[in-house]
Amino acid sequence: MYRRIDEKLLQSHQTPVLSYTFDGRAMTGMLGETVAASLLRNGVVATRTTPVSGAPRAPYCMMGVCFECLVVIDGIGNRQGCLTPLEDGMTIESQRGKRRLVEAVRK
Amino acid sequence: MRTLGTCDEIGALYDLLVIGAGPAGMSAATRASKSGATVLLADENPGLGGQIYRGITSTPVQNRDLLGESYWKGAGIAEAFTASSSDYIARCTVWSVERAGKEGQDSFIANLTSKGRTVTVEAKQVILATGALERPFAVPGWTLPGVMTAGAAQIAMKSSGLVPAGPTVVAGSGPLLYLVATQLKAAGANIVAILETGALRDIARGLRHLPEFLTSPYFGYGLRLLMKAQRDFSIMRGVSDLRIEGEDRASAVRFSIKGRERSIKCDTVLLHHGVIPNINMANALGCAQHWSQEQQAWLPTVDENFQSTIPGLAIAGDGSAIAGADSAAVKGAIAAVAALDRLGMRSGDTNVEDARLRRDLARYSRGRAFLDYIYSPSRDYVVPRHDDTIVCRCEEVTAGQIRQTIRELDVRGPNQLKAYLRCGMGPCQGRLCGPTVTAVMADARGESPETIGHYRNRIPVKPITVGELAQSPQSESAIKAVVRG
Repeated sequence: MYRRIDEKLLQSHQTPVLSYTFDGRAMTGMLGETVAASLLRNGVVATRTTPVSGAPRAPYCMMGVCFECLVVIDGIGNRQGCLTPLEDGMTIESQRGKRRLVEAVRK
Repeated sequence: MRTLGTCDEIGALYDLLVIGAGPAGMSAATRASKSGATVLLADENPGLGGQIYRGITSTPVQNRDLLGESYWKGAGIAEAFTASSSDYIARCTVWSVERAGKEGQDSFIANLTSKGRTVTVEAKQVILATGALERPFAVPGWTLPGVMTAGAAQIAMKSSGLVPAGPTVVAGSGPLLYLVATQLKAAGANIVAILETGALRDIARGLRHLPEFLTSPYFGYGLRLLMKAQRDFSIMRGVSDLRIEGEDRASAVRFSIKGRERSIKCDTVLLHHGVIPNINMANALGCAQHWSQEQQAWLPTVDENFQSTIPGLAIAGDGSAIAGADSAAVKGAIAAVAALDRLGMRSGDTNVEDARLRRDLARYSRGRAFLDYIYSPSRDYVVPRHDDTIVCRCEEVTAGQIRQTIRELDVRGPNQLKAYLRCGMGPCQGRLCGPTVTAVMADARGESPETIGHYRNRIPVKPITVGELAQSPQSESAIKAVVRG
């Protein structure tokens, strides 16, 4: 879990606050955060489960190489949370295991 | 600089395509556009800076001391690039670059995807400035939530002003480990211990390069950093058999020190034992690469102008060998000048400029070998000791499975191993397991990493959707190959 550093060390002006949901829960985001950074700050432990064993995973590299932060954003899966700037009103879901064709087609 | 919001604003033809907006990429684009070359700089991050200068134009951290002057140097590089006439597109993935045109003529076709749209661009010259990534640190439990790279924590701080909230252990070796620990502590993080895993094995070889390092611009800086770390932290040296424990998330680290077993409770573990070039794109495009004993990594083979073995395609910055941000910026400029030469567009006093660039490069390279040797990763953490350690995070392939398959099926190279175990075939495309697979195989077969080789990467170098792929132009023959009738 992560937290914002002391406000004294940050820019003096107020950072606009965004709202979004993660697995249906309301979350607040800061403008300039990536999806992965915001989820970590909001106390999200695991952002996906693996397609092989279902083990929980969370952002690991934060720079687009490890693909551990894959999430579903506004219905589109396999999005790299660490490279995607957070936007107001996003619907973010954890990516659970492997995709099933039937579900994907119904969507 | 003209910022392009979407792929559709990208031109059809550029003199130079630069991939990556870190120090090497920005410097290359700035220098080339100064001589009138048309330049497109494409980068997948939200803003300029690459990872070393991540968030340089947007960081919420305004206290300059926190990230230090070496970070803020990036602001000057970004300013110069912003003032240049280059086109720049952020959040854009370049997933293929192929040679086009006649023999002896430099021309490339690249596919770029941004926000679901794909476009094809022609470029006469290409500079890959794809930077570095942290060396894989495969220990038991490294896949648990709560475990990240030290670089990842630094990125969270630079780009979003975040620090770990709970007790944090920093483990590994190398200069970045101490830098990150110091920065995180200054920002209020609770660093409960630094576990030093470095090997003393290569110190003797490193000492030969010490006199040279004493004259390095990084000597004083490094020494101050180490002294500060020594004062501020509980540093445990000679840590072996590091493991991370926890059910669904990290809850403790366990290790051996001086023959005793120890455990420290924590909820964040930051791992780091050096950086290596991010070679996936160079490898996929067919650039030759070689094993560097000094850097314990695969490096794309480049000449003194950072031209790869594909004429017209250069690899500048830490993407061709690790030497740090200052050196990367100089290498970017050298590669740009070489590209201008090939384009016949070089302007200005070339002799003076060449001399200055070579001098700067020599200055920033001085004593690098010292750092490479003394911070050489410990063998225990390059070849995982425990069979149940996950090596390929994406496909969850363990060291034991790899060793067993090599033994029972006489597997001779990493590409063959893919067919049996799927290691390296997940979304990260071997970025996080490639070096470990080569190391495990070299160890198991008693051969050198050079003999074992590395995965052969393929385009697309990043996962894209079928829809994004289908938007790239299709040739008559390609359609015939898949359409019946």
